[in-house]
Amino acid sequence: MANYSILALARNALQRHRNWPQAWGSPVLRPSYDAVIIGGGGHGLATAYYLAKLHGMRNIAVLEKGWIGGGNTGRNTTIVRSNYLNPESAGIYEHALKLWEGLSQELNFNVMFSQRGVINLAHDPGEERELRRRIYANQLAGVDAEWVGPTQLSELCPILNLDPNIRYPVVGGTLQRRAGVARHDAVAWGYARGADHLGVHIIQNCEVTGFDIREGRIEGVRTSQGDIKTPKVGVVASGHSSVLAAMADIRLPLESHPLQALVSEPVKPIMPTVIMSNKVHAYMSQSDKGELVIGAGIDGYISYAQRGSLPVIEETIRAIVELFPITSRLKMMRQWAGIVDICPDASPIISGTPVKGLYFNCGWGTGGFKATPGSGHVFAHTLAKDAPHPLNAPFALERFYSGALVAEHGAAAVAH
Amino acid sequence: MLLLDCPWCGPRSEEEFSCGGEGHIVRPTASAEMDDQAWGDYVFMRTNTKGMQLERWRHANGCGRWFNMARSTTTHEIVAVYKVGDDKPELPK
Repeated sequence: MANYSILALARNALQRHRNWPQAWGSPVLRPSYDAVIIGGGGHGLATAYYLAKLHGMRNIAVLEKGWIGGGNTGRNTTIVRSNYLNPESAGIYEHALKLWEGLSQELNFNVMFSQRGVINLAHDPGEERELRRRIYANQLAGVDAEWVGPTQLSELCPILNLDPNIRYPVVGGTLQRRAGVARHDAVAWGYARGADHLGVHIIQNCEVTGFDIREGRIEGVRTSQGDIKTPKVGVVASGHSSVLAAMADIRLPLESHPLQALVSEPVKPIMPTVIMSNKVHAYMSQSDKGELVIGAGIDGYISYAQRGSLPVIEETIRAIVELFPITSRLKMMRQWAGIVDICPDASPIISGTPVKGLYFNCGWGTGGFKATPGSGHVFAHTLAKDAPHPLNAPFALERFYSGALVAEHGAAAVAH
Repeated sequence: MLLLDCPWCGPRSEEEFSCGGEGHIVRPTASAEMDDQAWGDYVFMRTNTKGMQLERWRHANGCGRWFNMARSTTTHEIVAVYKVGDDKPELPK
């Protein structure tokens, strides 16, 4: 792997950029691996990267049904934050945020992580109390959080509508300064390049069709490109987790829903931070290309179709236009949906299963992108050691039988 | 956007409805004897079908009543709408 640097850029510029090496290869599937990761999104590729880097497992493969980063990794609104209410959640998301802070250097790949801050708005005194409570919880958990009133908000984001006479007036908000956005594709590509360099096989267009399970232990994976023998399988398939679980006769507490996002035509920089509102359920940031990136809540019904329904984005846009009147005549360029796996307590599942050697990392629902590095890091630990990392121990499947749920619905911020 | 056929009110826009998820999940009768495993399975575990699914809907902003529907989760095609308590419909393969 050629190191990316200013010197490499200069050298390749002189060669008219004809000789850049391929960032990752297209290897042929081997008949057996020490571990197989199913799902070539950010989480799966990060898992493979850390398995190879930190746990010395080089004979591993990432199987991807389509192309890497083509699922929810390429469909989210790229927001990264860690200001969750419960200590278990703050633990794993803050772990991820710390990894984000050094990720471009770690991967020698610019993931364009921009700590421009994330603001969660409050629209009434009740919501203000809830959000202030979350600030105190965050501070106790070592997560940076502060309250910002209307004056500070107008300085942080001049286009925000602070008129007290709108339907849902803004009374203030929480600010996490270390939060921000990252380039979603770059995260998948950076981890893929890093993993490939460490010998990991990234197999695209390879759909898993079944598992070989004998006496309660995983022995292999059947795929559209042939059968593989392996003692360890990590499934990181977001919206399709239930489908893969069914192949092993396992049921998960998940529902798959479309989560929509849309972008406007590109405009000059007007949005210096990320603003989210749970009350009116909309969030917005601006990409480096100038597009306003807007997100919504999930569509209400179960669906595996990667498209959403118009009433949902209509409601989102209604909220955006009230919060940011400057956007009222902008054209929207593209709209899409990803299939997210919603868990009853809005927390992920990073867990072993009744089948020995078969692990699931799923249930991230609407907020998985921000967790990508942390999720991969602890899932690699879980796979390598056959035991959870302390940070993902609370997120085992057993919690749905013991009752020890990590309830993040509404508490932390339903919007992502 | 879906046009849903409420068994009582007729075809209405999807905005009037809320989806109640997987249908035909029967509350266990012998609940006092159930262990944690059985409770967890009943309360939380779902099939989350990819394809034709029987599910519960409510005409929330209309008559307010629950009903059942057979709908594809991949194409969103609705093949049957039936009342709570009715038999499961024949599904196309």
